[in-house]
Amino acid sequence: MDGYGFTLAGAALTALPSGALYWEARNLLCVSDLHLGKALRRARLGEPPLPPYETRDTLTRLESDLRRTGAATVICLGDSFDDSAAAAHLPDAEKLWIAKLQAGRRWVWIEGNHDPGPVDLGGAHMAELPVPPLCFRHIAHAGQSGEISGHYHPKVRLALKGCGLSRPAFLIDSDRVILPAFGTYTGGLWSDDPVLTGLMRPEAIAVLTGAMVHAVPMPRAERSRQRP
Amino acid sequence: MCVLTAPLATWFSARNWQLHPHQAEMLARADDPATLLIAPTGGGKTLAGFLPTLADLATGDHTGLHTLYISPLKALAADIRRNLTTPVTDMGLPIRIEDRTVDTSSHTKRRQRADPPHILLTTPESLALLTSYEDAPRIFAGLKRVVIDEVHALAESKRGDQLMLALTRLQALCPEMRRVGLSATVEDPPALARYMAHGNSPCAILMADPGPEPDIAMLETTEPPPWAGGGAAYAIPAVLDQVRQHKTTLIFHNTRAQAEIFFHNLWLANDEALPIAIHHGSLDRVQRERVEAAMVRGDLRAVVCTGSLDLGLDWGDVDLVIQVGAPKNVKRLVQRIGRANHRYNAPSKALLVPANRFEVVECRAALEAARARDLDGEPRGPGPRDVLCQHILIRACAGPFDAAALFAEVTGAGAYAALTRADFDACLEFCATGGYALRAYDQWQRLQQRANSLWQLRDPRSARIIRMNIGTIQDTDTLKVRLRRTRGGKPLGEIEEGFAATLTPGDTFLIGGQIVRFESLREMVVEVSRDPGRKPKIATYMGTKFATSTQLSERILQMLGAPDWPDLPDPVRDWLHLQRQVSQMPEPDSLLIESFAHEAREHLCIYGFAGRNAMQTLGLLVTKRMEETGLAPLGFVATDYATLIWGLEPVTDAAPLLDPDALRAGLESWLMSNAVMKRTFRASATIAGLIQRNTPGARKNGRQATLSSDILYDTLVKYDPGHLLLDITRQEAMRGLVDFGRIEDMLARIARRVTLRRLARVSPLAAPLFLEAGRMPVEGAAQERLLAEESARLLAAAGLAPMREITR
Repeated sequence: MDGYGFTLAGAALTALPSGALYWEARNLLCVSDLHLGKALRRARLGEPPLPPYETRDTLTRLESDLRRTGAATVICLGDSFDDSAAAAHLPDAEKLWIAKLQAGRRWVWIEGNHDPGPVDLGGAHMAELPVPPLCFRHIAHAGQSGEISGHYHPKVRLALKGCGLSRPAFLIDSDRVILPAFGTYTGGLWSDDPVLTGLMRPEAIAVLTGAMVHAVPMPRAERSRQRP
Repeated sequence: MCVLTAPLATWFSARNWQLHPHQAEMLARADDPATLLIAPTGGGKTLAGFLPTLADLATGDHTGLHTLYISPLKALAADIRRNLTTPVTDMGLPIRIEDRTVDTSSHTKRRQRADPPHILLTTPESLALLTSYEDAPRIFAGLKRVVIDEVHALAESKRGDQLMLALTRLQALCPEMRRVGLSATVEDPPALARYMAHGNSPCAILMADPGPEPDIAMLETTEPPPWAGGGAAYAIPAVLDQVRQHKTTLIFHNTRAQAEIFFHNLWLANDEALPIAIHHGSLDRVQRERVEAAMVRGDLRAVVCTGSLDLGLDWGDVDLVIQVGAPKNVKRLVQRIGRANHRYNAPSKALLVPANRFEVVECRAALEAARARDLDGEPRGPGPRDVLCQHILIRACAGPFDAAALFAEVTGAGAYAALTRADFDACLEFCATGGYALRAYDQWQRLQQRANSLWQLRDPRSARIIRMNIGTIQDTDTLKVRLRRTRGGKPLGEIEEGFAATLTPGDTFLIGGQIVRFESLREMVVEVSRDPGRKPKIATYMGTKFATSTQLSERILQMLGAPDWPDLPDPVRDWLHLQRQVSQMPEPDSLLIESFAHEAREHLCIYGFAGRNAMQTLGLLVTKRMEETGLAPLGFVATDYATLIWGLEPVTDAAPLLDPDALRAGLESWLMSNAVMKRTFRASATIAGLIQRNTPGARKNGRQATLSSDILYDTLVKYDPGHLLLDITRQEAMRGLVDFGRIEDMLARIARRVTLRRLARVSPLAAPLFLEAGRMPVEGAAQERLLAEESARLLAAAGLAPMREITR
């Protein structure tokens, strides 16, 4: 399995090309910001409706990561649903699919800002989950260490011999990992945004997702202006 | 009725005028079901079209609408109203003439519906809207004639198809309606006649005297044209010289950006301050009208323009047309040349200015074709089904309809004569439910069948949204440009949203001939300030980019095959000889491919001569094949004659890359996920009513519309690949932006004869491609390889450990 291996607080972790994080010692898979039901929420808000296939797309990719890793524990790191109502309004076929993925696994929904309340689906529901030496929560807290979080949907852009390129990316330093969004149709925040440069140590790296993973020093404002 | 009756005859003789033979013939044929008149500009074509109407209405016993006049330009409708009102007033005829366009006030529009004028001048879109009203039968009661102006231009776009469908509706309401088409020179008059006639009824073709042969030549310059580019700045002194020697010169360009840059350079060199203006579709309407008015008054010595002046308004004093850049299409060149000297029987004078060395060859070929009157044109395909879908929705707005009757009606339009009932039913089904993948959505459930088997709108309120979205013009999404801090200041013009998105504050660009600095984007308005600099960042908003026509490409290939080129200027001739020496000339019956290394990259140059769009598609397809076979392509650039691909590995066997079956399979699978296909889909989805640009709330901006249409497209490709709109998209892909039809033609022409030449360095013909703009990156293994190199380099530079690969 391709991926970028690193250690955080002594735990050996792998950043997968899909945007999921795998912890082999615990056989644990962590994904963030699935935003399930986004299309249906748009329709509820009166925006032009989109077919709900993005939920299927996200679940298809999650299923393939589960098959590949055989993970026994799944942690969804918050904003798993586009809002609290999205979980309730999910079509039955998709609720069944999630139940199928949950079968035989420990499943934890971490609260996000989009989905603060409990959901009407299997699995435990928590504000955050400590699994020493790590701690899983939705939004990073400054000053913490061994922290796995999501929320910001980090993305990285690079100038590559004349052609620019942007991809969702993990941000990793010795204190924390910020996961990219796993959901289909989610926007993002550039790695050179002050919020992210403020949270991450100067020596942080970014691991680009896609067909395969690529690690680069986390691009910051001053770096992004350079043309390699 | 072949003689003029009293008031008209008196008016003609009072002016000492005589009917042209084609005008008399039009009068004689007043009762024919359809007539197509082909006449040069200035031949009294419009009057010829209206003479039967005027003669008929002179009696004063007709009430209600008598004649509809349809023009592609609303400005033309207003112009004709003025030109027609004068003689009608002079003769004291009891005729009411009005125009109706998007600019007409809603009050006037309401009155026109209640009490239509005798002659109504309008556009295809306004007519389609009129037919959508429930009282359409009353509005059009008594309609006798319809005059279609510039029918050759309408026939080239979906606007014409929409018009012809609307006319089938009118023909059903008024079976006696006669049709008159007015056209400039076209390559295939019988095809145009079949296109505009109703059902099987005959359509006579009247050819007016084409006038004397035009006087066309290449502009002589002291400096040779550059290797690449489209600016033609080298020709500025020679062009200014010509402007000085003539009364009024029209200087045509192929794109708006080129027109802006040329205009800017022209003014920098215009020491005598000759009155020269600019006119193109991105300029604000008020500014355009000011230029047109100055032109009519004869105040201007030259106008730098684009296709916006291809049609219509009659300017008698133009005595020279200059075409900058290769004309790409002989028919358009001939029609543009016709803009000079609207006086009947005076020869038109035109000069061609190639923008670069290759265009010298192209201009020479176009010149020979124009002299030989060898016009080009692609035969029209069957009537597009997205337009039919819109027509069905429009019909539903007017009231319940019977499917069989509507099918019989639409097949009366020439373009839809071969439409099968199954295809029609598929369109009807789409209008009713949105198709299989979308059937769960209320928004796309628009029609229902009543107990009496008639179809009707499921929700009558949806008529409003359908009416708001009538039309087939795909305007690119543009933003208004305004000077900052001029309260409610006049807009300078519009730029494309995509171009605006690339601007950062401080960037400069050209608009309306002045250099402006981008300040900010506020509420969808681009705010700028004047910039005193002399060198702008180039304006890249596109305008239309035409592909060189098949016929012209063939002529060019034949010219290149000649043993020598004594007619061409020396620098061009030497360049071609050098190509023959180090490589070989491209040939009509085989495909030349050159392979060479340059600046640490492998290159492949394919001389397909299939036109810009098809060469672009070929680039997409071939790079995809290369990706699969491990040749690691990085990107490509396409021109009208060649595609240049660069990558990490040399190509040693090119034939498999151009295998016809593989390319066709590629169109089906690889291209389906391409942005060009998505754009094609977006246009058809908008016309067919799947996506609405205008909603009662607000106009959707381009990015929102693109997002929804891209997501819809991906969804349909994945879950409903047989959806009607994907089928339409595939059909559209054979022409237009994808233009796979020209790739098919090329493959048939070369019949698998592929010549691969491995060269030590860049060949002379390939060299200009390195200077072309519009490079497309290829996302694939090569990008991952470069990204991995970049990752290693950046990590090493930062003193970090290289990446640890995990395999298990």
